[in-house]
Amino acid sequence: MKVLKLITRNAGRHKLRTILTVLGLALAVMAFGLIRTFIDAWYAGARASAPDRLVTRHAVSIIFTLPIAYKEQILQVEGVKDITFGSWFGGIYIDPKNFFAQFAVEPESFFRVYPEYIVPPDQMQAFLQDRRGVIAGQGLVDRFGWKVGDQISLIGTIYPGDWQFVIRGIYQGSNPDIDETAFVFNYDYIDERMKQESPGRAGEIGWYILKIDDPSRAAEISSRIDARFDNSRAETRTETEKEFALSFIAMSDAIIIGLRIISYLIIGVIFLVLANTMAMAARERVSENAFMRTLGFRGYHLVGLILGESLVIAAMGGIAGMILLYLVGTGVGVALSQFFPGFAINPATYLLALITAVLIGIAASIFPIVRALRINIVDGLRVVD
Amino acid sequence: MSEPIVKIQNLYKSYYRDSLEIPVLHNINLDIPQGQFTALMGPSGSGKTTLLNLIAGIDKPTSGTMAVTGEDISRLNEGEMAKWRAKHIGFIFQFYNLLPVLTAYENVELPLLLTNLSRKERKEHVETALSIVGLGERMKHYPRQLSGGQEQRVAIARAIVSDPTLLLADEPTGDLDKNSAEEIMTLLGRLNKEFNKTIIMVTHDPRAAEKASVIRNLDKGELQ
Repeated sequence: MKVLKLITRNAGRHKLRTILTVLGLALAVMAFGLIRTFIDAWYAGARASAPDRLVTRHAVSIIFTLPIAYKEQILQVEGVKDITFGSWFGGIYIDPKNFFAQFAVEPESFFRVYPEYIVPPDQMQAFLQDRRGVIAGQGLVDRFGWKVGDQISLIGTIYPGDWQFVIRGIYQGSNPDIDETAFVFNYDYIDERMKQESPGRAGEIGWYILKIDDPSRAAEISSRIDARFDNSRAETRTETEKEFALSFIAMSDAIIIGLRIISYLIIGVIFLVLANTMAMAARERVSENAFMRTLGFRGYHLVGLILGESLVIAAMGGIAGMILLYLVGTGVGVALSQFFPGFAINPATYLLALITAVLIGIAASIFPIVRALRINIVDGLRVVD
Repeated sequence: MSEPIVKIQNLYKSYYRDSLEIPVLHNINLDIPQGQFTALMGPSGSGKTTLLNLIAGIDKPTSGTMAVTGEDISRLNEGEMAKWRAKHIGFIFQFYNLLPVLTAYENVELPLLLTNLSRKERKEHVETALSIVGLGERMKHYPRQLSGGQEQRVAIARAIVSDPTLLLADEPTGDLDKNSAEEIMTLLGRLNKEFNKTIIMVTHDPRAAEKASVIRNLDKGELQ
């Protein structure tokens, strides 16, 4: 007989209690992992940002536009290697609930500055030759069942009217953090129409994305760009792509803090569930522990048995929780793909959930261990189960 | 004549309840030679179990000296005492104290986990102990699948499996019916006579005490 056998049998001594405890742990571990994944998904944009890319937008707010004429002036700033721009289109596809991000961009430079958007060369060629052409992300294409050559109609909100597009290509991200739900088309298509229908809005773009030669000079280059447009009709604010992404996340700060607090509370709940089970086991085994010591077992033997039992239950709960997390997380990821394109449970979350379960296993065994070590053998033997 | 296996001189033991000292044993002087089967009798609260616990080294005297198996156990620290108990003492309890999650075989094997015996050697010891108590066919049974008498026999097998110097039994028949009690007492008698085991047994039961070669009475903490 091995000690491990005794530990596992002790863990299964009250089967219903152990099963309920393991289920409680599993649900808590799953909830903890899901919340961490939601928070991770929120930061996916920031993670996907490149250190050598800056974003220049209107100094007041992203909703104000910048003149397209700034492009050449920005490109002249020393340290800027390349530049592209984009505008938020905000069209409706059939129904407002079918929301997805649509960007009017400068085709060639956009895919130069964003090499992580992988498009097959023949599709890229077709896109560049068609003013109404669109490159859509794989996730978006999958969501609506589109294919190359399909005609897509959008109803403009920021740019009023009916807009007809043709899917010319499908991009995939070079890594899992890349959003694959964007709809990217040629800025000239809307600019030409604006020139005819709303000339005051022609030649205006949403933001510039610049590639710089040295990421360590990002602050200096940003200052020089912004200084160039001081006291102009559209002053600029330039920041790294990561800061730009984080500024959006900052708008949801309260939600993220709330989620973090809930995740810590869940850890507390897991701890209480297991600590309660272990405390009950300790109470029931006072005379048994005293008897073991009568046989000659030492305090550290009891520590090993109690800690081992707590860890076995915690590990079972942790592993069951990780399986649940995988199943539920995959389903949630698919269901929320349009809101959280970066929703994917990463290995670090599984590891964190398991480590948390193990640490809780250790913490939950402290009270029963102290109790088992403190009790006098003679007093322990007097306790009748 | 050889040195007694238990030699107690001027033993005094008291407990404290809050600040009140409650004397339990006074001026105990007791010599038990190797191979003797001693019954300690007396009314409830007379201090029998306390004396047995002191001999087993799971309690310490307030004053006096006691040498068991030639060792002054009152001077041993907790670790030394645990090691000494594992080597020299086999304990039999009124309520058997078998671990319900272990089979008869595994319960008997428990004390051997503290030794350096190999798995094969442990198996030989356990099978021998179980066959001595007549439970060679019940090795794979769990305590819940055994009768009270059988459980106590498993507990006796566990007490003798490491071949201890001294067997201590605290009311070993106290939870058994008449027939089972008789079987247990016969078994203890055999262990004493055939295997020359020194046994000290606490009991209320005069019929059980008859099996012992010496009966000592305790009353109000004093040996009569």
